[in-house]
Amino acid sequence: MSILGTRVVRTEDPRLLTVGGTYVDDLRVPELSAAARVTFVRSPIAHALITGIDVEEARQAPGVVAVLTAADIDDLAPPPPPGEGPPADGGGEAAPLPLGGPWMEPLLAVDRVRFVGEPVAIVVCEDSYSGADAAELVSVDYEPLPAVVTIEDALANETRLFPDADSNVAVESGAPAEAGAFADCEVVVERTIMNQRLAPLPMEGRAVAACWADGKLTVWVSTQNAQISRFILAGVFGLDPASIRVVAPDVGGGFGAKIGIDRDGLIVAWAAKHIGRALRWAETRSENLVGMTHGRDQRHVIKIGGTRDGRIEAYRLDVVQNAGAFPRMGGFLPFLTKLMAAGPYDIKHVEAASREVVTNTTPINAYRGAGRPEATAAIERAVDLFAAEIGMDPAEVRRTNLVTADRFPYQSPSGPVYDSGDYVSALDKVLAGAGYQELRAEQARRRERGDTVQLGLGLSSYVEITAADANGGETGRLDVHGDGTATVYTGSSAHGQGHHTTWAMLVESELGIPMADVTVIHGDTDLIPMGVGTYASRSLQLGGVAVQRAAGEVKDQARSVAAAMMEASEADLELDTDSGLWHVRGDPATSKTWADVATHAGPDGLTASVNYTEGQPTFPFGAHLAVVEVDTDTGKARLVRHVTVDDAGTIVSPVQAEGQRHGGIAQGVAQALLEEVVYDSQGNPQTGTLADYAAISAAELPSFELLTSETPTAINPLGAKGIGEAGTIGATPAVQNGVIDAVTHLGVRHIDMPATPVRVWAAISEAREG
Amino acid sequence: MIPASFTYKRAQSVDEALDLMAAGGDEAKYLAGGQSLLPLMKLRLAVPETLIDVGRLGGLSYVRDEDGHICVGALTSHHDLATSELLRRDVPLMAHAAGQVGDPQIRHRGTIGGSLAHADPAADLPAVVLALDATMIAQGPAGTREIAARDFFTDFFETALRPGELLTEIRVPKPAQAGWSFQKFTKRAIDWAIVGVAVQGGNVALVNMAQTPVRAGMVEQALSAGADPAAAAAHAAEATNPADDLNATTGYRKHLAEVLVRRAIEEARGRG
Amino acid sequence: MEVTVTVNGSQVAADVADRTLLVHFLRERANLTATKVGCDTSSCGACTVLLDGQSVKSCTVLAAQADGRSVTTVEGLAAGPDEFHAVQRAFQAEHGLQCGFCTPGMVMAAVSLLNENAAPTEEEVRSGLEGNLCRCTGYHNIVRAVLAAAAERVAQ
Repeated sequence: MSILGTRVVRTEDPRLLTVGGTYVDDLRVPELSAAARVTFVRSPIAHALITGIDVEEARQAPGVVAVLTAADIDDLAPPPPPGEGPPADGGGEAAPLPLGGPWMEPLLAVDRVRFVGEPVAIVVCEDSYSGADAAELVSVDYEPLPAVVTIEDALANETRLFPDADSNVAVESGAPAEAGAFADCEVVVERTIMNQRLAPLPMEGRAVAACWADGKLTVWVSTQNAQISRFILAGVFGLDPASIRVVAPDVGGGFGAKIGIDRDGLIVAWAAKHIGRALRWAETRSENLVGMTHGRDQRHVIKIGGTRDGRIEAYRLDVVQNAGAFPRMGGFLPFLTKLMAAGPYDIKHVEAASREVVTNTTPINAYRGAGRPEATAAIERAVDLFAAEIGMDPAEVRRTNLVTADRFPYQSPSGPVYDSGDYVSALDKVLAGAGYQELRAEQARRRERGDTVQLGLGLSSYVEITAADANGGETGRLDVHGDGTATVYTGSSAHGQGHHTTWAMLVESELGIPMADVTVIHGDTDLIPMGVGTYASRSLQLGGVAVQRAAGEVKDQARSVAAAMMEASEADLELDTDSGLWHVRGDPATSKTWADVATHAGPDGLTASVNYTEGQPTFPFGAHLAVVEVDTDTGKARLVRHVTVDDAGTIVSPVQAEGQRHGGIAQGVAQALLEEVVYDSQGNPQTGTLADYAAISAAELPSFELLTSETPTAINPLGAKGIGEAGTIGATPAVQNGVIDAVTHLGVRHIDMPATPVRVWAAISEAREG
Repeated sequence: MIPASFTYKRAQSVDEALDLMAAGGDEAKYLAGGQSLLPLMKLRLAVPETLIDVGRLGGLSYVRDEDGHICVGALTSHHDLATSELLRRDVPLMAHAAGQVGDPQIRHRGTIGGSLAHADPAADLPAVVLALDATMIAQGPAGTREIAARDFFTDFFETALRPGELLTEIRVPKPAQAGWSFQKFTKRAIDWAIVGVAVQGGNVALVNMAQTPVRAGMVEQALSAGADPAAAAAHAAEATNPADDLNATTGYRKHLAEVLVRRAIEEARGRG
Repeated sequence: MEVTVTVNGSQVAADVADRTLLVHFLRERANLTATKVGCDTSSCGACTVLLDGQSVKSCTVLAAQADGRSVTTVEGLAAGPDEFHAVQRAFQAEHGLQCGFCTPGMVMAAVSLLNENAAPTEEEVRSGLEGNLCRCTGYHNIVRAVLAAAAERVAQ
């Protein structure tokens, strides 16, 4: 009986529950025993020239080791010209690179600041308390410039943020609208909607420690990708990667915002060399809310057309991505949005175009879903608007237009080929699981009575792309030792996903070595020089498969060794994966243990290394139904039930897959109802602390109802797709649609997210007046 | 995250606290539970040079029945208020509201005295003591004095306490009418009230509708004239000036006040 | 000033700046790093410990206020997996943690919750944890874990 697919407890937990994890700020390693602390001085203004920085008073403050500005950065190689990519062997092609060129981003700000929170100077102190005091003594003179804050501001181009570029539009792509595409549609609905800016908010903020010693740079960083971080450091410092060691210790959440090592982390690493002393930095939450990259912030013009009886014939999505102060990921995010624009629907004509603009706000980067939640939110809103226009139930409209199960692999009009799926079944499961008809009846009763608290049912059907960069591959090495235990070295980099448990399950399943005897190591470039890391929901289908393959190769080696030991032919040997014993077929008495075989193999035991590059992107799918109550007197919406199908193919660890769904759903609900990064018209953050940024708590959520559905993919040997981002992608539009559905009978057609009480009430009031 | 430097002093008695405060001057502040003051200090929005910790004055943590009043020591924690059998029986409005302050951790440390002296108009207990017509007892260099709730909250984060005075007790007359309600409207459970309403009998007080907690005088007048809850509640926003902020517009707050006042009156009537 | 706190049963004494926060005293003077700093507005609860048996946010308590008092951190709950507190056992059994950063604070908040309310409803668990943020789990399994721990303790 394979352990795969069974419910296990995590091997990571005993340590985390007793002494707690060791995150960067908890490290007590010898290299950092004399480390000094870094405190950043950040811009308090969104757009300004720096006309002077006076650090003298700060330098004299107690405990100060150094105060550094851009003027001190005289020891770095110039940045590579734009377009240079990572080397073919080491870094993996994974993370999209900054645009560079006219959009160059400095380390410490040089002559101007472009967003509140941009690093201007650093204070290096013996301890963080002195650092907080000394940082206040750094005096920076700013000459304010007009702030470009919103997408509209940027497009107006009245203030061009980068003088060497033609406009504030950094990237533009996609075809202009095709004349006549909607001409034959009986019904056309068009609307401008917002997918608002969010803070990824991992519970552990950014943290970096760095030590230059004996010609080697060691950097501990709270990252999702140790190897990519090393590649970035090598490029910035002009070093041979072999002279850099990057370690990802325990990482307290990433959600896409900890891909590689960012600008502030590079500053810490540089400063450690410049001063000649080990340094450590752990940001405060206030820094995190303006200094860590934000997510989403796309404006959508959605246009949907079709027949009066519910057939969608045409759909156009125009995206404007707010990139923030620097277009770090280039057009990557809207590229993914356009790629998934058509969603799970069979639509004859689909168009998508995008522009990316710069503004005086925190730069935008990946955040759980990274471009795909935006695509799904757009088309799911469009479908509901279309349904409302033709007076048809939104479930029926979806069922009418979903790609049917007999069409796979399915060529989406937006570009990708969806590998496998059964979208109608996902929808039907969710409707049945929720009791859709009874809920509609209850909704009707409440409307009839004119209840204050109305009921809304919100649906989303989705398909998403995981392992979009599958061609970058993932590595896995497996050693079986002379004592019969095993060690896995994985290029994946868990930051909550529990890979240690899952990879141990794979080894046990393949080889019969018990999970408790399998040690998994990740995130240390000295031990794992080649790897990509964890994002894009890629790890199980690439890193897990690599481990499984390595196990297969170890098995082949072991077979050969065992055959020699037992003087039998390899063809006659069997491995009993329940007991982990090798024996000659039909003769269980003469068995050899893994310890026997590994010892016999030689002093290094058995080992195999795999770089699995045959993967391709896969397309998990699902449906979410949100049951929402809206108090029509106050506008307050409450999520009462949330029912989902999230089909990610074969599930290796059901407990952990559910956990990923739960976490994604919570973040998805948070976007729909509560969270938003807000700037005032001058670019000052209004949600710069957790007192104001409305992060969702247990009190705002119900328990979720997760239904099972496993439609394997033929693309990898596990049949697995990614699950990490699906919950976020499916949940947001379902909840948004649910809030609106609760008040459509009052004349409301749309409410932008987050559907906070004041917004819902304003929509109700407007509809009642209009 | 890190407060500016200060000198910490611990008082073992009320008299010592007053002496330390007199010595500390303008830049000294009392520290009770610290759940209002320490967050401000960590953001360096408050930078006292001396903190006088009165948190160990155990004699100031109590809930007692005295002479037709429920007397609450200023250093009673919100948790102790919320779980006090006596308070829950005789002044359920205060017990319930105390149980809504912040979260459990904050309620274990925060005190009623600290909250009242801090005088945030968005806080729960100031409006409650206003609705209860409570009397604040303060001890200072010049002796002990009583300050009626209606005189206590003077402006945004300001009270009638004179420099050096320490709040020692809140004296609540046992409510004549049993009906009570506390309506706290928030976006999330942990948030400050966007708008709140405290009702005890015919007394109606508002949270976060002005620079201080206020009594909704026009509502009370309408109620005593026999108006039904909806009609009385229509006056809820009169003589208020609620803020326009991240969570709500002025107009929305006024609307909420009407809705919540009506609900509070109805709930109070249902209770007595 | 000299501050002495009994942490997990042992006295820890140190000369610290008056403004030292309890969370930093625990992490740096008591060398117990399980308790985390997750925010600067007393919002997230990652720093939750027990002070004289009651949950508090140790970032919003001065070390000086804990002088002469007793603190319990998650490190003081159990010596190892065989001696787990019911809450720890339930968190593992129910997959109530992923990245683990919020976990020490969440566990201590749950311990205090159950000490005060031995048989909470789901709603009481959810509102009882409103001061503890988690970004990974969506709270679903945390709530299950607390309810399971409550059931185990009630059964004993």
